Amino acid sequence: MEDERWLAFALLVPTAVLLGLFIAYPFIEGVLLSLNSTRVGVKGDFVGLKNFDKIWNDSIFRTSVWNTFWYTGVTTVFKLALGLWLAMLLNRHFKGKALVRAFILLPFIIPTVLSTFAWKWMFDPTFSVINWTLFQLGFITQRINWLGDPDLAMTSIIIVNVWRGVPFFAISLLAGLQTISPELQEAAAIDGARPWQRFWHVTWPLLLPVTMVVVLFSVIQTFADFQLVYVMTGGGPANATHLFATYAYQLGIGTGLLSEGAAVSLAMFPFLFLIVVVQLLYIRRVETR
Amino acid sequence: MIEGAVWRKWVFYNIPLILFVFVLLFPFYWMIITTFRPDGELYRPWNAANYQPFWTNNPTLDHVLYLFEETSFGRWMLNTMFIAAVSTVISLICGVFAGYALARLNFPFAGGLGTVIFVTYLVPQTLLFIPLAEIIRNFQLGDTPWALILTYPTFLIPFCTWLMMGYFKAIPKELEECARIDGASRWKAMVYIILPVAVPGILSAGIFAFTLSWNEFIYALVFLSSPDQKTVPVGVTSELIRGDVFFWGPLMAGALLGSIPVAIVYSFFVEHYVSGLTGSVKG
Repeated sequence: MEDERWLAFALLVPTAVLLGLFIAYPFIEGVLLSLNSTRVGVKGDFVGLKNFDKIWNDSIFRTSVWNTFWYTGVTTVFKLALGLWLAMLLNRHFKGKALVRAFILLPFIIPTVLSTFAWKWMFDPTFSVINWTLFQLGFITQRINWLGDPDLAMTSIIIVNVWRGVPFFAISLLAGLQTISPELQEAAAIDGARPWQRFWHVTWPLLLPVTMVVVLFSVIQTFADFQLVYVMTGGGPANATHLFATYAYQLGIGTGLLSEGAAVSLAMFPFLFLIVVVQLLYIRRVETR
Repeated sequence: MIEGAVWRKWVFYNIPLILFVFVLLFPFYWMIITTFRPDGELYRPWNAANYQPFWTNNPTLDHVLYLFEETSFGRWMLNTMFIAAVSTVISLICGVFAGYALARLNFPFAGGLGTVIFVTYLVPQTLLFIPLAEIIRNFQLGDTPWALILTYPTFLIPFCTWLMMGYFKAIPKELEECARIDGASRWKAMVYIILPVAVPGILSAGIFAFTLSWNEFIYALVFLSSPDQKTVPVGVTSELIRGDVFFWGPLMAGALLGSIPVAIVYSFFVEHYVSGLTGSVKG
């Protein structure tokens, strides 16, 4: 067995080097940076937890924390509900199914920044096609300033995130649905179960493992999101739509307060860590069952 | 459908599905129509009289030409393609090696290493971009494609490894053992017996990795600064907006053309992409 050890070592070296240099090392650097007072061009001194104390009392940071949780929570609920619905619509035989499935994934594969620009243009204060449609249909008489009002801006961002995420949920859940034998459904139907009961007592429990993993993946991605908000509002109006990542960017790269920016970024860590632990425990439980 | 009246099928299946498809694809239609619409039609207020937003009778190539004549869009495309291709290849090699070692070889801490790689899979780029920017600068890699080629594998390798592990585990051990009995070394058995069988998995991982690299934004935004070095998403964001003025025609043209390479790769390998996607969540 001795040769296997050496082969394993050799095969794992490239991965270990890259992940060590560009994940582990920056992580340590990030922690040090956040305990420092470094700005662009100014090597800082050790200041302990002062940066964290400062951001804790920063109202924009508090807004970002609240926004991040609200954004993650609301979008996840909608993505799951709509994704599951779409998966069930696709889980049957019809003409052109492969084509529909291929097209549905487009929002997920097209670079987020590029498709988000299309949405920003659709939400444009003066030339919005959404306003035009609502106006023509008689729902509104005044324009809706989608990205100019703090609450509406957040809602617009949520809409775009849901739009982008639903295909991922739908296709993953569809894969899960396809592993459930139709005979189970038929057996339940013969026993007199209504469609809703069949879903709740047969489909849902069997789909739960896939659902859990998809939700946790999506929660992490959404929690740490940057590009969508950066393009849609840049954190505005008046810093009302910042997430952790966009605020960290504004502080660290925008104004050059590297240490404070790093602290804002790292403030995500406890929450991400918690989600990852939940995910690992859940996977272990499923595997040992 | 046991209880299937035709109207039921329409109300419960066809109409909702059509609505889904419409909403999911409309922004792309809007991108296309904006790309070919002249500026005079583009900037008409939403409540102007006789405004026809969904079609144009005067299609124009002005916005596309602007993109190639006034900006470095061609360069951005080449940059993005080069960076995505090279980082995908690096990640595939690392991922196949690591996946094979973790799935097939006996060595101490194999389980722990698998978990570590899975955890790095979940580290978002936004957690580390500020210290990483400093590191990239210290390594003299700032504003070069290598800043991205070397950092993109950090989120691609874990994914490739995870996916390949699943593939390798599904290949029967006997296949390899036969070759070993015939005198092949472990390495030869891997290269000549296992890898050819795992080609579909490699393809899935590769396509997925390529689309992820094409999509990456924050590293490219922070690590690159000169206009000629930029990738498509960053170039479009920074060069087609001047202060508060958005050049919507060229912006949408850039978004459309910048999406095409990914869309083409995707359309050729839809099945592989889907199995990569679902494989990534099933683990």
